[in-house]
Amino acid sequence: MSETRRETLPLKNSNDVVLARQKVRQWATELRFTLVDQTKLVTAASELARNTLDHGKGGAMAIEQVGVGGRVGLKLIFEDQGPGIPDIEIALKDGFTTGNGMGLGLGGSKRLVNEFSIDSTPGKGTRVTVVRWK
Amino acid sequence: MERIPVLRMGSLLLITIQVDMHDKLALQLQDDVTNRIAEWGSKGVLIDISSLEIVDSFIGRMLANIASMSRVLGAETVVVGMQPAVAITLVELGMSLPGVRTALSVEAGMELLYGVGAGFRTGSEDERDEA
Amino acid sequence: MSDLAEIISRNEDQIRAEWIRDMGTSVQRADLMSKTELNEQCKTLLGGVVQGMKSSAPSDIKTAGWTTVREFLEGISASRARQGFSPTEVANFVLSLKPPLFIAVRHDLNKSQDKMFDTLRDATDLVDALALLTMEAYIATREELIHRQQQELMELSTPVVKLWDGILALPIIGTLDSARTQVVMENLLQTVVATNSRFAIIDITGVPTVDTLVAQHLLKTITAARLMGAECIISGVRPQIAQTIVHLGINLEDVMTRANLSDAFGLALQMSGRAVVRKTAATAESKGILAGPMTKQEK
Repeated sequence: MSETRRETLPLKNSNDVVLARQKVRQWATELRFTLVDQTKLVTAASELARNTLDHGKGGAMAIEQVGVGGRVGLKLIFEDQGPGIPDIEIALKDGFTTGNGMGLGLGGSKRLVNEFSIDSTPGKGTRVTVVRWK
Repeated sequence: MERIPVLRMGSLLLITIQVDMHDKLALQLQDDVTNRIAEWGSKGVLIDISSLEIVDSFIGRMLANIASMSRVLGAETVVVGMQPAVAITLVELGMSLPGVRTALSVEAGMELLYGVGAGFRTGSEDERDEA
Repeated sequence: MSDLAEIISRNEDQIRAEWIRDMGTSVQRADLMSKTELNEQCKTLLGGVVQGMKSSAPSDIKTAGWTTVREFLEGISASRARQGFSPTEVANFVLSLKPPLFIAVRHDLNKSQDKMFDTLRDATDLVDALALLTMEAYIATREELIHRQQQELMELSTPVVKLWDGILALPIIGTLDSARTQVVMENLLQTVVATNSRFAIIDITGVPTVDTLVAQHLLKTITAARLMGAECIISGVRPQIAQTIVHLGINLEDVMTRANLSDAFGLALQMSGRAVVRKTAATAESKGILAGPMTKQEK
């Protein structure tokens, strides 16, 4: 396969979240995702970037084009060295409609992407990886 | 510091969100709206989001908050112009924006607040017919 | 491996000429591609192959040294797929490189049998790998084409019609699967915005079965429309479907439903503050034939 492009953005403040959204939008547009797919992916990116910032105390987002055979997709990796998530099961449950829940937006984001995996060690950090196929 | 402008048209507050908001800007808007309602005695709040291509849980909560806070202060809020892709995504996210009235356009929003055929009133509050 | 690279370099023009000649008229498709263009393509490929072999064995066709060849083959394969070349024509483009290669190898290495055999092996491995790559790219392009056509067909088969100012109808015919429902949903919502229609009637008279998945998709559409400021009414709910919905425990409390499209239309009119009024007897149309003078037609 041809070489994969990868870009990494810091997530240190709320403006970085906006930049991250715009960057994901840019990549998705270049790869010609449909409008709805783009919106879903950028929204998921926004949720996860904000989590990394608020809960993970800051980190980074990597964005990479992936593809197998004729399929084209976009992979996003959110990483932080924050407190980690003690109970992933609970975190994946929808909490934000109550307004006061953990509000991690993880459960919702999961529905916006095709592949979703989360790696977290309390005290060490968290890594969330998502993929949206065209 | 940049802010989202809140325009006054009689008893109505009109807000058009055209920028990709960062969190602080959104919180500032929440603040501004509640302050203005108190200051001007507004009865209606119309938020035009037709330029917003992304509404995530934070922005969604902001809209719901503005609606609840306004109601406590005696004003009704209508959000207009939500794009289809945004609506589809919000549904998938699981956000139903409870307590937030919506309309397809600014005109429809005004109709909702002031009644059909009432036209727009610049201060009189008697005929606020909610369709 | 460098033996083969050298042999190709030395005999490039001859190999290319024989290759094109042996390709046969069916592969060349003079109706789709000019001779000059074909010549250029073969030149580029052979040049790239030589470069690739200098970097690694063709069994490693995925390595960086072969990127030029890979991208080139994927490109021409995709364009041929779109132009209408058949799979055999596309494969033969690459496979017909074998005879000229073998001839060149035999000619240059006829003094040493072992070397000749090894180099022939390399040559056949090379061409096979290139042919497989070409076919994969061809198939991927065709699949993309088919997918796109399916999308277009789905959009065409579910038109959104305007019943009245601000009232749309979406008659759905046939089975609803996940992909189709999404297309239908997006189409409907976009039309709602474009026509500023507060009401959308989704008629499912023509839908044979509704399972949990379809029901979920319909519910999502209704919720999305509501978020935007429009209301959906489901019509054409047949008794069997009503039973299925109840059996499956699907909650339709929040959803407006009617047995047929006309009832749904009536509801939409009413909800939009309109009424259909019968004209009084005073107007000409309702007088009745016997009441007034004969019209021109009846004379």
